[in-house]
Amino acid sequence: MQVLVLAAVLGAMAWLVGNVQSNLERQNINSGFGFLSERAGFGINQTLIAYTEDDSFGRVLAVGLLNTLLVSALGIFFATLLGFSLGVARLSRNWLISKIAMVYIEIFRNVPLLLQIMFWYFGVLRNLPSPRQAVSIGDAIFMSNRGFVVLWLEASAGAFWYGLAALGLVIGGIWLRRRAANAQITTGQATRVWRPLLGLAVALFGGAALMAGVPFALDVPHLKGFNFRGGLTVIPEFVALLLALSLYTAAFIAEIVRAGINSVSKGQREASAALGLPESVALRLVVIPQALRVIIPPLTSQYLNLTKNSSLAVAIAYPDIVSVLAGTTLSQVGQALEIIFITMMIYLSLSLLTSWAMNRYNQRMAFVGNNT
Amino acid sequence: MTDPVIRISDMNKWFGTFHVLRDINLQVAAGEKIVICGPSGSGKSTLIRCLNRLEQHQEGVIEVEGVSLDGSVKNLESIRSNVGMVFQQFNLFPHMSVLENCTLAPIWVRQKTKQQAEALARQFLERVRIPDQADKYPGQLSGGQQQRVAIARALCMNPDIMLFDEPTSALDPEMIKEVLDVMVELAEDGMTMLCVTHEMGFARQVADRVIFMDEGEIVEENAPEAFFSNPQNERTKMFLSQVLSH
Amino acid sequence: MSAKTWTPKPARPAPANTVGFVGWARENLFTTKLDSALTLLCAALIIYVLDVGLGWAIVDASFSGDDRNACLKPVQGACWPFIDAKFGQFIYGRYPEMERWRVDWVFALGLLGLVPLLMPTVGFKRANVIFMLGFYPMFSFFMLTGGSFGLAAVDTSDWGGLLVTLVVAVTGIVGSLPLGILLALGRRSDLPIVRALCVGFIEIFRGVPLITVLFMASVMLPLFLPDGVNFDKLMRCLIGVALFASAYMAEVVRGGLQAIPKGQYEAAAALGLGYWKTTRLIILPQALKLVIPGIVNTFIGLFKDTTLVLIVGLFDLLGIVQLHFTDSTWATPETHITGYAFAAFVFWVFCFAMSRYSIFMEKHLSTDPNQ
Repeated sequence: MQVLVLAAVLGAMAWLVGNVQSNLERQNINSGFGFLSERAGFGINQTLIAYTEDDSFGRVLAVGLLNTLLVSALGIFFATLLGFSLGVARLSRNWLISKIAMVYIEIFRNVPLLLQIMFWYFGVLRNLPSPRQAVSIGDAIFMSNRGFVVLWLEASAGAFWYGLAALGLVIGGIWLRRRAANAQITTGQATRVWRPLLGLAVALFGGAALMAGVPFALDVPHLKGFNFRGGLTVIPEFVALLLALSLYTAAFIAEIVRAGINSVSKGQREASAALGLPESVALRLVVIPQALRVIIPPLTSQYLNLTKNSSLAVAIAYPDIVSVLAGTTLSQVGQALEIIFITMMIYLSLSLLTSWAMNRYNQRMAFVGNNT
Repeated sequence: MTDPVIRISDMNKWFGTFHVLRDINLQVAAGEKIVICGPSGSGKSTLIRCLNRLEQHQEGVIEVEGVSLDGSVKNLESIRSNVGMVFQQFNLFPHMSVLENCTLAPIWVRQKTKQQAEALARQFLERVRIPDQADKYPGQLSGGQQQRVAIARALCMNPDIMLFDEPTSALDPEMIKEVLDVMVELAEDGMTMLCVTHEMGFARQVADRVIFMDEGEIVEENAPEAFFSNPQNERTKMFLSQVLSH
Repeated sequence: MSAKTWTPKPARPAPANTVGFVGWARENLFTTKLDSALTLLCAALIIYVLDVGLGWAIVDASFSGDDRNACLKPVQGACWPFIDAKFGQFIYGRYPEMERWRVDWVFALGLLGLVPLLMPTVGFKRANVIFMLGFYPMFSFFMLTGGSFGLAAVDTSDWGGLLVTLVVAVTGIVGSLPLGILLALGRRSDLPIVRALCVGFIEIFRGVPLITVLFMASVMLPLFLPDGVNFDKLMRCLIGVALFASAYMAEVVRGGLQAIPKGQYEAAAALGLGYWKTTRLIILPQALKLVIPGIVNTFIGLFKDTTLVLIVGLFDLLGIVQLHFTDSTWATPETHITGYAFAAFVFWVFCFAMSRYSIFMEKHLSTDPNQ
């Protein structure tokens, strides 16, 4: 039986490969991955690493991948923020807040994501006035049909010291928090963290200022000719995609969070209350740790979905991996087989990596008693 | 009678429009053991849940250790920390070890150090006869063991009053005794106890007073001797005949 | 001695401020000062959103007119005449007007078969399934494509709008069902090679975005086929969508298979039934019933995903709306938003109704004593 199935599958594959070979020969299409080192010859309107038309298709791949990762990472950040707020709001004792969250969830998750992307891009952002009539918020953000231009800090070499100071502050903050938690456990005294933290911040940034002075210059956007100069320009494709991905995924995350918190039985809260634990402690030490166990696995798959959905970028020509590879590169090189293969492999490895990590997590959680 | 630690007068409670507790009057002295019984839906669980304000009453007065429980109560948490409660479904925290279950509240409410809290917890786990399970998780214990952990957890707060809400109803028959034994011991040590239970043997053995409730009212209360041998009401008789027949 | 008879005290009504609307509002809207403030804030938000929304959709909107001039007021809301003028296109695409009755028949017959199928209390499920999976697809195929039975042929490139959306979604889900069941059985099979192949297929298709599958279907499929054999664009998309959906369907069905207690397999084995008979007669009927909500949820996802076919050049509902934005007769600043609002509304009605149905079935299945 197995042999039969295997033989059938192999036979089918051989037939397909044969077809591909004869088709490629007939249509005179190259094969192999050699094209990756050839000159690309087209521009990309958002590059996180240096890129010119003279760079290779390999570089195009890297640029696209970074753009995918950028929009996914930011999307995950905002969707999580909004999704958790909505999930908690959905469970609010306040009827009105709960209903508003419900209406949001039901609207955004029942309308196709692609439609939402196009709505924000063609319907809203492309309908903004031209740069000369740009809508501005406090002269720091200018919104026009060419994208958003944001007030930005131009950093020179000395900024390194400030980066170091910020890093020190984060590490110091974590350390202080740990120490306070330990103090609570060993001495029973709750200590305040923010005072030493403030002191640390003053010391660190003071030191950085002494070392390097003020290595920042405000980069103020200003109108020159038909467009803006200066500031940080965010292309409208990016804004639309990020907005749609965050708003859409947040609706799903909200439902996951709601189900997670609901999965913690009422008895757990009652037992905490009966022991005299303050509401905030009960939430932090009893409810949230249990809810997170239920929330994290489906949350991860939502993150993965968001990353995969970022491929809809191709519809509005945001230069993500699918758009630059399966779109532009494919139309120039014509090697569909290799290009689609690369694209799929990239997403596939992201997925497999995530599900591997998830399985590890689930195993660990299953070990720490999962019974009530 | 010395000053009662719990005083309930003319207390009424509704769930929505449903009148669950009707004109309850009850006083409990320090060290008194009270067993509350009655058919399901009679309001007995609701009554003891009102005593640490897990449920809120709408009319009348409830005073616990001299503090009136109403919407204005400031230090509800400190009252709750002095009133221990044991639930039918144990309600242990499944993500914490037995020891962590017991030390959580002493650390965060009583401001004990971790060492003090653990010493205390081990002492009470010894008392409920499961000192060797301290590092296990609740899911790894039997029902009877879990309920004993729950009792130890409540005792770690050194409560003045203990409330038991049908502590043996969710247990397999062979585990009921191990939990009741712990409760009897606790009663012998002089703890003030209010216990909702159908274990009439327990009531006979330790109760100072047995209260029978039906339809949200206290139908009858009496010392166990008189209550069992000479019930005053037809309703009580009928209930006892049903409970004691098996 | 005689015992007293006890009569319960009559229940009194609850204090007036704890029941009725006042009690409800105190409990749910104004519990604390913070709650009251939040409630007022929310009320303001709702009023603002309604004001903007209704202002755009009704007060400032245009309702009649034959071209863009109807929608060029200084304060312009929705441009509904655009939808009115293009409605036929949005539903049927470029399907010839004379032949649209055929599409209507397909829609009507589908509805007629589907409604009793979805209602758990209506009988004749077996006959209904055979009708919907056997007769209906053939009927629809001949009706829509034509070229036989005296019907004029209509090329699939002329199909569009809601018609394409429904064809892609329904074919995708129906096509994915048998493949998904086989994959799910394969994944639970004892044969390591079969299992590995199924796991590989499922994980690959679940790991990549649908758009890459559609690219594959539209660009690569022609390469895989021998010279001279070719499908039209719609057919290629349908194959891609069905393969993609079958991977998700497999996981849904697997969930159902896992929920069947081991005793069922043992009982079947004790009766001397073989693997296929056990699966077909005992396991699948139970498992598939359990996963109806899961199938509906997969269908909702697929239904929304059908919009992606516009990227490879088919005109589904969203695609055709997008296409008609280029019509200069209707070029106004509000045309885009109006079109998207219409498409969003149509999609929303379908998806929302299906998600409610899925919840209903879940409740129904969990309370059904026959389970």
